[in-house]
Amino acid sequence: MKEKIRIGCGAGFSGDRIEPALILVEKGNLDYLVLECLAERTIALAQKRKLQNPDLGYDVLLEKRISGLLPLLLKNKTRLITNMGAAHPIAGAKKIIELAKEQGLKVKVAAVFGDNVFSFLSGDEYSLENDIPIHSYGKLVSANAYLGVEAILPALASEADIILTGRVADPSLFLAPMIYEFGWEVDDFEKMGKGTVLGHLLECAGQITGGYFADPICKPIPDMHILGHPFVDVFKDGHGVISKVEGTGGAITVQTTKEQLLYEVLDPFHYFTPDVIADFSTVKIEEISKNQIQINGGGGNSKPETYKVSVGYEAGFRGTGEISYAGAHAVERGELAAEIVRLRLKDKIQNLKIDLIGMNSLHPSEFSKESQPYEVRLRVTGMCDSLQLAQEIGEEVEALYTNGPAGGGGARKYVEQVVGVVSTLLERDRVKSSFQQFST
Amino acid sequence: MKKLAEIAHSRAGDKGNILILSLIPFDSNDFDLLVEKVSADLVKNHLKNQVKGTVTRYVLPELKAFQFTCTDALAGGVTTSLALDAHGKSLSYALLELEI
Repeated sequence: MKEKIRIGCGAGFSGDRIEPALILVEKGNLDYLVLECLAERTIALAQKRKLQNPDLGYDVLLEKRISGLLPLLLKNKTRLITNMGAAHPIAGAKKIIELAKEQGLKVKVAAVFGDNVFSFLSGDEYSLENDIPIHSYGKLVSANAYLGVEAILPALASEADIILTGRVADPSLFLAPMIYEFGWEVDDFEKMGKGTVLGHLLECAGQITGGYFADPICKPIPDMHILGHPFVDVFKDGHGVISKVEGTGGAITVQTTKEQLLYEVLDPFHYFTPDVIADFSTVKIEEISKNQIQINGGGGNSKPETYKVSVGYEAGFRGTGEISYAGAHAVERGELAAEIVRLRLKDKIQNLKIDLIGMNSLHPSEFSKESQPYEVRLRVTGMCDSLQLAQEIGEEVEALYTNGPAGGGGARKYVEQVVGVVSTLLERDRVKSSFQQFST
Repeated sequence: MKKLAEIAHSRAGDKGNILILSLIPFDSNDFDLLVEKVSADLVKNHLKNQVKGTVTRYVLPELKAFQFTCTDALAGGVTTSLALDAHGKSLSYALLELEI
């Protein structure tokens, strides 16, 4: 059993930058690298790709991320844990083996599955959001349980260099190697809570090194164009020290750490994961030197009796059109354009949102009373049952070129198919996880 | 009167249709002032056109920070919202417009 391990986080969402992970593995002296790439909706979209082609369904950037990382991971004996398996970890593992062969590298990959619970649901389960049956939202396309550490631990005990999962709770990706290396008991909820705190602090990668934090007036952060991603030294007693690679941009401070600790936490006294109901309120954050933050405290005393399940459904088509106005009476001409489109579409599309970007697109109008923009951009968007109707929104906005107010420019139109996500709960004993190993 | 932006910072997060806003004073000596002044009711009133549900305030004396959890606040939530900022990520700066 080790006394200390180092875990880095090289991606905090599916579209994150590529090179911070490369720098972490090359210079960070890591035991483990985690890449967190799977948002709620990402897995439903991946499920659709898998239905169209059974060899797909893993993260679309898997190839790009793994190709560069593979030789570095193997050279430095850093194990990778990532949820880039998305809807199809087995296909993802096969792709990694293929990439390794191309580079003449030997690698073992464990694909973890069991999160796909689509076939277990009848559709009559109630959603947590609105307390109505999930089938009433629309055609269901995916259902994935948030698995915990018990899904990852067997794969860690294998020889796998890379552990590729589907839906797993983000902090569990970090907590699992702590349990494995320190021999913690999974019902030692105090330790589960402490490890979950550290995992939560790291899981959004750049969000603890100054990303989503910086404000040049009151919270300046240096060199964000080369923002470093974080690593944590975890000690056997559950405390940790968070830092980043020397020479990278960004900053890790008490302030960045506090913001990330509370990020997306509904109740800081009861943070639910499959592993623990963690208490974040007792966490102590201390700067021990520049860009080195020590984390103590945090805990927990039980775990939830059910798994949370994300259910994807077909929500229709979202159509959008935009056009801009500048100079004298820009706001008034934007408002006129909005009124024209509203009158043209009001009988066809009930739920239309009309914004003036630069005035009220981000916040309700009460915050923009005194603003006097030089230019505004009209944005009209609506949800429709059919692709054709959704396209009409952009077409109507574009038609303002020759039928609308003076000086309308830069019209754009687009349509996207929307997969909505709601949640429900599933008894733990109905979910069985497993893994399959692949090697070159 | 001063804006919260002068003495505190904030980060916005989302879970479905729930908006979560932290509030953290730059100087921890201002924590007690914020405990006294920035009630859940005040935040609810400030964000009333955005937050259709309730606002719950969590006070965290160890961290010298607050969490405001706002229900029915994101026009249905990120996946189906029609908002330009469907996550509500910019809304931390709406909270910081509040004057105390």
